[in-house]
Amino acid sequence: MDDPFVLAGVELSSRLILGTGGAPSLQIVDEALAASQTAMCTVAMRRVDPATSGSILDVLDRRGVRVLPNTAGCRTAAEAVRTAHLAREALETDWVKLEVIADERTLLPDPIELLEAAQTLVAQGFQVLPYTNDDPILARRLQQAGCVAVMPLGSPIGTGLGISNPHNIELIVGEAEVPVILDAGIGTASDAALAMELGCDAVLLASAVTLAQNPARMAEAMAAAVIAGRLARLAGRIPRRHHAHASSPTEGMAVF
Amino acid sequence: MRTTTTSDVIVVGAGVIGAAVAWRCAQRGLSVTVVDPVPERGAWHTAAGMLAPITELHYAETPLLRLNLHALAGYPAFCAELTELTGLPTGFRECGTVSVAWDGADLAALRDLHAFGNTLGIDATLLTGRELREVEPALAAGLPGGLLACGDHQVDPRLLRAAVVAAATQRGVHTRAAQARLDTDGDRTVGVRLSDGTALSAGTVVLAAGAWSGQIDGVAAAFAPPVRPVKGQTLRLRLPGEPRLSHVVRGTVKGTPVYLVPRADGQLIAGASSEETGFDMSARAGAVYELLRDAQSLLPELAEAVLEEVCTGLRPGSPDNAPIIGSSGLTGLVHATGHFRNGILLTAVTADGVAELITTGELPEALRPFAPARFAQAVPA
Repeated sequence: MDDPFVLAGVELSSRLILGTGGAPSLQIVDEALAASQTAMCTVAMRRVDPATSGSILDVLDRRGVRVLPNTAGCRTAAEAVRTAHLAREALETDWVKLEVIADERTLLPDPIELLEAAQTLVAQGFQVLPYTNDDPILARRLQQAGCVAVMPLGSPIGTGLGISNPHNIELIVGEAEVPVILDAGIGTASDAALAMELGCDAVLLASAVTLAQNPARMAEAMAAAVIAGRLARLAGRIPRRHHAHASSPTEGMAVF
Repeated sequence: MRTTTTSDVIVVGAGVIGAAVAWRCAQRGLSVTVVDPVPERGAWHTAAGMLAPITELHYAETPLLRLNLHALAGYPAFCAELTELTGLPTGFRECGTVSVAWDGADLAALRDLHAFGNTLGIDATLLTGRELREVEPALAAGLPGGLLACGDHQVDPRLLRAAVVAAATQRGVHTRAAQARLDTDGDRTVGVRLSDGTALSAGTVVLAAGAWSGQIDGVAAAFAPPVRPVKGQTLRLRLPGEPRLSHVVRGTVKGTPVYLVPRADGQLIAGASSEETGFDMSARAGAVYELLRDAQSLLPELAEAVLEEVCTGLRPGSPDNAPIIGSSGLTGLVHATGHFRNGILLTAVTADGVAELITTGELPEALRPFAPARFAQAVPA
């Protein structure tokens, strides 16, 4: 099936994007990467040192997985912009997953700071992938600002609660002219499949895999779920009906 | 070449692992020299000294669990031997450990881990919130429950290391405060060269340089252990009056691990951050804040404690979190590193195993799954 996933002009071979936060060991990251067949992985700039060998970056490099640096932990636009610049220098990429978090209790994006940081970074030549609330209007404004994707949350980071407002995700998908990547809240495979059925172009998840009892197996499940959800979306689901509707024809049956 | 001194074994690294390897080798009649640029500092200086294989259990790390349990079983005898030979204490306390949950989700994770532990025959007891407060009355009200592991204990790594060094010194082990570079002759190790040009020759060199083990000059990439630094911060605190805790307390607070280790003299060690930021050893304010915040949410009175020390160390992390012990593949170069979170616990088994490898040519069976060769395929071409 010819269904390429193109992000900022780059074709990626998988619609599943992984984060590595919380992984128990590098070896487990490596196994999960292999099982997920992902093409891109996001890494917190705060938590890596590109100069030290043997880090997560080496594992990604060895697997040929593209690195998407993120600004996890930043609370203000200024801090996020500074972190994005550090990432660009250290990793030689213009791509940045922009996270500007309002507080530690909810880890929800701060919409005002996020939009300001997005506008600043776009003007400075970054390919900005903002982690945003599931707010269709904010998603629209981020697109207007020139972001190359929008990444609405399903539910707050690390909760595993799935997609708490599918209707909003559909609204975002409905008017998006850039890829929509569901980011945060995925707990298990059916959540990832639902995101794709709702029309998202890709899914980004971390702790659902890294904190699973068997991360590699969960990574494989997520890869299958993303493919299944995408196929279902393209195939077109049947309408929901309130009354039964037999799938076998009743005409021409023998009458006894 | 200036002076040459010959010994049977050179140990690179004077931390607790290196000193213990030196001692055990000397006990077997080998002459041993230890080389370390800063002998008095190492991860042991920061480590809390939990001997806690049961509450340290992770899914997918069952081979390491078996080694950890084996190491724990030998700990009382190891400490007793050290104290008998040197007259020095080690701070070994058979105090047990409670793992506590901060909220319902943390408790669910603890219950899952307990069920997994049961399948491996691990002895631990789930506690309700009320039972938890009976075991440790000073803990915060409202904690939903925990897990009691009577077999998980503690030692004081600073005392332990001092005792090991004293025992090694008694056996004639010399320590040189210098940077070492590996000396090789073709495909075998011949010794080390110090920063001042001195050559020390030995048939066997043991690499026990902790987080720096992958950085030793003269070790070809193919033989260097895949070790990376993982920064950890611990805090040393003291509450006036009676000890508040009788067990080691560890917990997850909203998914973040934290522990409190009560020493016999009333000191409390809180730890530990886990940061992958290279060889930077500076204390990060946010790590101190997070440790205090999470530790205080388990032990409210901690806010009144005196903060005596902020310590930073580098754990030697390996790709699978397990140690790297055994022949490097280069004749005469033996690795004793990569202990990550378990260096203190694995000190004795590592030292015994390396001494046995050097004297008999064979690693003890318990250590064979942790030989460097397991990473051979993972090294990029």
